[in-house]
Amino acid sequence: MARIDTQNVPSPIGENAPRIDAREKVTGAAIFADDIQFGNSLLHARIKRSPHPHAFIKKIDVTKARALPGVKAVVTGQDFPGYIGLYLKDRHIFCRDHVRYVGDPVVGVAAVSEEIAEKALDLIEVEYEVLEPVLDPEFGANPKAPVLHPDLGQYSVANFIFPQPGTNISNHFKIRKGDVDSVWGKCAAIVERKYRIPHIQHVPIEPHIAIAKADESGEITLWGSSQSPFAQRNLIAQALGISQSKMRVIAPFVGGGFGCKAGVSMEALAVAIATKVKGHPVKLLLTREEEFFTAFVRQGLVSYIKMGCDEKGQLLAMENTFYWDGGAYTEYGVNITRASGYSSSGPYEVPNVKTDSYCIYTNHPVGGAMRGFGMPEIHAGLEQCIDELALQIGMDAVEFRKLNCLKTGSTLVTGSKMHATGLSTCIEKTAEAIGWGKKSPASGPNKRRGKGLALMWKAPAMPPNAGSSAWVELAEDGTVNVGVGGQEIGQGVFTVAAQMAAGALGVPYESVRIATPVDTRYSPYEWQTVASRLTWSMGNAVVNAAKDAKRQILDTVAEAWEESPEDLDIVNGMVISYKSEKEMPLKNLVIYGLPKPGGQGWVGGPVVGRGNFMPTYVTGLDAETGQGERAVVHYTTGAQAVELEVDLDTGRIEILKGVSTFDVGKAINPELVKAQMEGGFVQGMSSALFESLQLKDGVVKNPSFVDYRIATSADTPRDLEAYIVEVAQDDGPWGARGIGEHSMVPTIPAIANAIYDAVGIRFDGPPFTAEKVYLAMLDAGIVK
Amino acid sequence: MAFHKINVTINDELEQVVVPSNMTLMAMLRESLAMTGTKNGCSAGECGACTVLLNGEPVNSCMVLAVECDGANIVTVEGLAEEKQLSPIQQAIIHEGGVQCGFCTPGILISSHALLKRNPNPSENEIREALVGNLCRCTGYVRIIESVKEAAKIQSAAT
Repeated sequence: MARIDTQNVPSPIGENAPRIDAREKVTGAAIFADDIQFGNSLLHARIKRSPHPHAFIKKIDVTKARALPGVKAVVTGQDFPGYIGLYLKDRHIFCRDHVRYVGDPVVGVAAVSEEIAEKALDLIEVEYEVLEPVLDPEFGANPKAPVLHPDLGQYSVANFIFPQPGTNISNHFKIRKGDVDSVWGKCAAIVERKYRIPHIQHVPIEPHIAIAKADESGEITLWGSSQSPFAQRNLIAQALGISQSKMRVIAPFVGGGFGCKAGVSMEALAVAIATKVKGHPVKLLLTREEEFFTAFVRQGLVSYIKMGCDEKGQLLAMENTFYWDGGAYTEYGVNITRASGYSSSGPYEVPNVKTDSYCIYTNHPVGGAMRGFGMPEIHAGLEQCIDELALQIGMDAVEFRKLNCLKTGSTLVTGSKMHATGLSTCIEKTAEAIGWGKKSPASGPNKRRGKGLALMWKAPAMPPNAGSSAWVELAEDGTVNVGVGGQEIGQGVFTVAAQMAAGALGVPYESVRIATPVDTRYSPYEWQTVASRLTWSMGNAVVNAAKDAKRQILDTVAEAWEESPEDLDIVNGMVISYKSEKEMPLKNLVIYGLPKPGGQGWVGGPVVGRGNFMPTYVTGLDAETGQGERAVVHYTTGAQAVELEVDLDTGRIEILKGVSTFDVGKAINPELVKAQMEGGFVQGMSSALFESLQLKDGVVKNPSFVDYRIATSADTPRDLEAYIVEVAQDDGPWGARGIGEHSMVPTIPAIANAIYDAVGIRFDGPPFTAEKVYLAMLDAGIVK
Repeated sequence: MAFHKINVTINDELEQVVVPSNMTLMAMLRESLAMTGTKNGCSAGECGACTVLLNGEPVNSCMVLAVECDGANIVTVEGLAEEKQLSPIQQAIIHEGGVQCGFCTPGILISSHALLKRNPNPSENEIREALVGNLCRCTGYVRIIESVKEAAKIQSAAT
């Protein structure tokens, strides 16, 4: 485990090193999966999908499609009996007899051109028996609802997920802490609310893409835009019943992920088709419309939240019920359900908590991981209730939060203790920067101005033993090549990995390269690029690998110079002796070693450092109470505040200022950390003001950028501030913990609280569109 | 399907390409010429990732037929740097940290480059307006907008 040394931080740790991938990305040289050239043997795949949210497949006739010139393969679920799924194996690659959402893949076609593949889809006849759909998670949890997965009891499942066979409940996570029922009577104020958080889409600008090739020996290669090359190797191999070593995944730059390119989404379709046309690469590139219909969604949530405090504002109890609209299958939904359960108190110390978090099968698109992993959805309600409770008891909302928020050593909702945290400092800095308590005048007579603030916490949600590994090798010129299996999805992890390798080894940042693209055949293992875990977990592996390389180098030099390794160091690419004051550039020794003293023979050889990291201390939680010693590796905490104006004439909301402060433990690259805070704020703002996947009878009604609006350059606040708090993580590299996802967690409630401050209106959920705000103001008599 | 032989200047190089009638400029660049710096984000003229200069004007290349470009002058992201010297907007976007995943970056660079050519000293509002057709999901636009301001300074210092 990497020891933290906050006193002695080597360069370039904590410095704003320029992005290692910037030059190739600004010159058009950076390679994304669809940029790879495959030549004339390339085939194009298209997918025939279910038009029904819920139906049995009665008959599939592919004869005409197979006969179409140019068609090379037509596959159906009958060809691939295996199950696939990350935590709960509940789906087939292609549907076999049951379709469960509009867009469920039924038949795959590979042809010499996209046009012919499309034409082939039209020639396929599928006969369905339409069934009653489940379109609401609360209804889905009801015994009257049709059961969507009658085989739920037979699916293989991770040991921390609790499906209930015979129902649509794919996971039920419980917290039973203290005794809420006996406490409500002692509360001086109680708030009880219901919220509905709509489905949204991740909307990476690069659509999903996979190119797969199977060769005659059964080896499969998959090129894709992927946050999870190693998980894809494992899960697709299992689904096809082949050895993991037969499956190779090559993953170039990812053009935006936000969680939707984690796990296995559409990649298995391309692989399955490719196994039927050996020797031909088969490309499946989703259209933007298909993205909106079939890519993983941020699943919808219906939440019931009840909380109470005493007359001094001390939180006494919370009782929360979450119905997650997990969709047709549960790639990540079951674990989002768990994570939201063990984080269900929000970042507060609450002695009595009862939580029921359910993942419900519905006939909606599949719930995947999205930036925040359930936290934006639950905080949207929690942090509005906190404001309402503070108001009821007559306390300032910031003072209320400072009183109740988690401090170092606080008892968490799972019964474990909070590690060192700077959350209180985050609140203070955020409140100060937004000018909390000071009301500024509106910019016009038809405008109302308001401020709002919200807190957050989030832990990496992952199996307890998710691991990382790395290697470090050096070339003849002394440059350092760092092998990693984590992915550059825009967050800047290659830059941070290079900084860490440089800092731990003692070389300039400019002499470090990252061995890319990630290739499961050559790159070291990494669980997945998710959960904001790479800076911390992969970072530890990189540091350990660099230290290992350094030890090899110093041992070699010590022997050659007849000195002790303790007297040697590597500084700026030079081995130096503090004792003899000798020095030597790394390039002189890292491949060929050094002559032994006296010139008889050699010592050393090519340097290859290796390192890994896996948390070893995470315990399980009791299935009935959700209590345990240590549920997660750590929590990143923080606060956001906004100042906004509501236009009384139109209902339009303008975010004038946004402030973000997060405790990141240690910012390895402060500007990259701030860039995450800004980007996350705007993505959170976009989800608060504009975004909702409109599902009507299971059909997506707004599958384009025109109808599904995301924030543009015109919407971004003119004043966006980001502040870093650093309270070190005991097992993070130089104290670092993650920040990628956290920055969009508190944005919805911060905006909702500011809307209330401006016009005194609350909504049961986002998006707070101009139309919705205007109509609510009309109802409330604010406008006529 | 009819095919057409067209002459088109791309990044100062004259190219002769045979294109089918229904091929878009984006497809011609990416598939016929393997110039993959221009990105395909939606094929519907909505995201701006495929923006190129067509006779000096930024266009969504997925909305232009290749055959229409006979005799035209095209500039793509690969043509912004001159003799390995990055253009002002390329330098600025690196310096200001306006690149994350990099998929929208080529389109952002072309739109910004076009703005700076017609308006060497754009206001904040003019920058926001010029980039409104280029969607970015990573950065929140803040550092991109700053990059354009910085590029204007680099450009004016150089002239």
